[in-house]
Amino acid sequence: MIIPLEHVLLFSLILFAIGMVGVLTRRNAIGILISIELLLNAVNVNLVCFSRVSEDPMAGQMFAFFVIALAAAAAAVGLAIVVAIYRTRNTVQTDEIQLLKW
Amino acid sequence: MVTANLAYLIPLFPLLAFVINILFGRYVKDKACWISVGASALSCGIAWPLIVGVIGGTTYHHDFAWLALGGVDLKFGYLLDPLAATLLFVVTLVGTLIQIYAIGYMKGEARFSRFFAYLSLFMFGMLGVVISDNFLLFFMCWEVMGLCSYLLIGFYSEKDSAANACKKAFLTTRVGDVGFLLGILALFTLAGTLSFAELHDAVELNRDSQLMITVTALLLFCGTIGKSAQVPLHVWLPDAMEGPTPVSALIHAATMVAAGVFLVARAYPLIEASAQAAQVIAIVGTVTALTAACVALTATDIKKVLAYSTISQLGYMVAAMGCGAMVAGIFHLMTHAFFKALLFLGAGSVIHGTGTQDLREMGGLFPKMKSTAWTFLIASLAIAGVPPLAGFWSKDEILLAAHQYGNLYYYALSLTAFLTAFYMFRLFVLTFLGKPRNPDIHAHESPKSMTGPLWVLAVGSILVGLPGSFLAHNWFQDFLNRGHEVEHPVNYTVMITSIALGLAGIALAFLLYRGGLGMGEKLARSLAWPHRVSMNKFWIDEAYAAWLVRPWHALARLLFGLDAKVVDGAVNGTGAGTLGGSRVSGWFDKYIIDGTVNFIAAFTQFCSDIFRLFQTGFIQNYLLIVFAAVVFILYFGIR
Repeated sequence: MIIPLEHVLLFSLILFAIGMVGVLTRRNAIGILISIELLLNAVNVNLVCFSRVSEDPMAGQMFAFFVIALAAAAAAVGLAIVVAIYRTRNTVQTDEIQLLKW
Repeated sequence: MVTANLAYLIPLFPLLAFVINILFGRYVKDKACWISVGASALSCGIAWPLIVGVIGGTTYHHDFAWLALGGVDLKFGYLLDPLAATLLFVVTLVGTLIQIYAIGYMKGEARFSRFFAYLSLFMFGMLGVVISDNFLLFFMCWEVMGLCSYLLIGFYSEKDSAANACKKAFLTTRVGDVGFLLGILALFTLAGTLSFAELHDAVELNRDSQLMITVTALLLFCGTIGKSAQVPLHVWLPDAMEGPTPVSALIHAATMVAAGVFLVARAYPLIEASAQAAQVIAIVGTVTALTAACVALTATDIKKVLAYSTISQLGYMVAAMGCGAMVAGIFHLMTHAFFKALLFLGAGSVIHGTGTQDLREMGGLFPKMKSTAWTFLIASLAIAGVPPLAGFWSKDEILLAAHQYGNLYYYALSLTAFLTAFYMFRLFVLTFLGKPRNPDIHAHESPKSMTGPLWVLAVGSILVGLPGSFLAHNWFQDFLNRGHEVEHPVNYTVMITSIALGLAGIALAFLLYRGGLGMGEKLARSLAWPHRVSMNKFWIDEAYAAWLVRPWHALARLLFGLDAKVVDGAVNGTGAGTLGGSRVSGWFDKYIIDGTVNFIAAFTQFCSDIFRLFQTGFIQNYLLIVFAAVVFILYFGIR
């Protein structure tokens, strides 16, 4: 059974929306990082999905692997930053970290 | 001629003394007098051998170029001819004696050293005048004397009368000096030389420009009118008696005022060439002699009497010059220097002894001040023209010249001679004879340093006339007229008249004042009008005050007002204008320029205040905005 393209795109959209809402609303830095993973995965789904209908199916899948690799690196850096912030400010709640405020 | 060049040192010694006394007066203190006297004595020591040389027949002359004016050199130098030698003798001798006298007279005064500094400066000026060989140097030294006269008249400058007197003297003589300076310029234009030695030839060459000669002579004579106190500029001399008495004797009787007569003698070639100028000079001299004698009749201040007597005698000399008897004028200058200096020093001695200058308070001083009284008597006899004292011979010469020149002059001068004898013995009798009129005055004789010079001058007053008398075959006249043979007529009528007039004056004075002031006052009442004229000095001071000083003051006030209103107004207006302008400019700066700058700053801040609200610091806000923006761009971009 072939899942229709629209369904997959809809699923990807929902996943991206959930991730976006998570990024914008979570107060916990770890939560935000997890939400970013969701966003990236939504994109991956999109890439894989479009690769099926493209003339060069391998390109989309290769792209998805790169994104996964970069996501792992980004998550590592992000976690490192969170740990560093926790050490200096004793919290990971973003509403308590307003260093950029005017 | 190497030794003759020492003549340059004659005036320089007193100048050196002046410099020492004025700069180091506070250190030399009471020794200042010895520096001045010593300098004068050194001048004598150089001058007298030279005078002897001149008498022996030489003329010392040396000059050097001082200033090159185009093609003409202005030369400075000295000229010692018989004329200069005569004056040099008088000035060095009388000057030194009076300075010795001043040691006693000024003892204990404040500013003692300054007084002697001024005296030395005066000696420098006077000796410079005497030995200078041209009009320019003459004029410079002449002005130095004028300055000293001013300084010394105002020596007691804390007294208002002295301060005013010195101002008056300076300003009045200045009027004459302006004429003198113009005369020098005119002479330079006319003759192209200022040298005394070349003057005679230069005038001969320009004989044709008669008018110019007359004008030049009269302009030069202006200097004499001012300095020698001739009518109408004589008013300063009586007031000049505010100065210390030695000053009156030295400067305002014996030497400086006589320098005017010397000037006429130096300019004599010009006067000989112009009959009109000579006549003006004779008239001025005669009028001065007569009016001053009239005023002297009623003066009650001992020094004022002598001051008017000085003016009168100077008038005599000037009149002699005008009458063509230059030698007689210089002769009288010399004799007058001795007896008038003696009179003033005697008066100073009296003032020193009694503490008053008012004749009405004196009287009966003869037994108390023997030296002063005897020498004063000798001087009075000399000035009254009693033979064989000095004044007789010189006065007789002048009367003789006037007799030849014109009857009117002769009568006026003879009358003056009578008046002179009268007022001098009025002075003598009121001072020394009779009974003391003020019991509070305890007179005492003056110290030796004062009476010493008196006696030397008294001897001089007796003897200096003799070289010019027929007893000595008119040696003095031949000396001055060297090279020209002149007749020496002896006119017994004139001589006997003059003796008779002198004796009559003396007798009348004894008669009137022997018993004190009573008879004189009675006479004054019966001759009220002439007495008032004499008492008020012909109202000349008042006339000057009304017609010269008052308009001048009015003009000064007007100009002051003009200054205050217009000139100051303009300055203040400019100031106020600038102030107003700066206020406007300041306002513009503050509100427009600064306003613009501040507005820009404030506007920027206002905007920043709004825009910084976006800077929440919540990372998610930023992300939301980025997201919204991406959605927005995608939405419109794709469409």
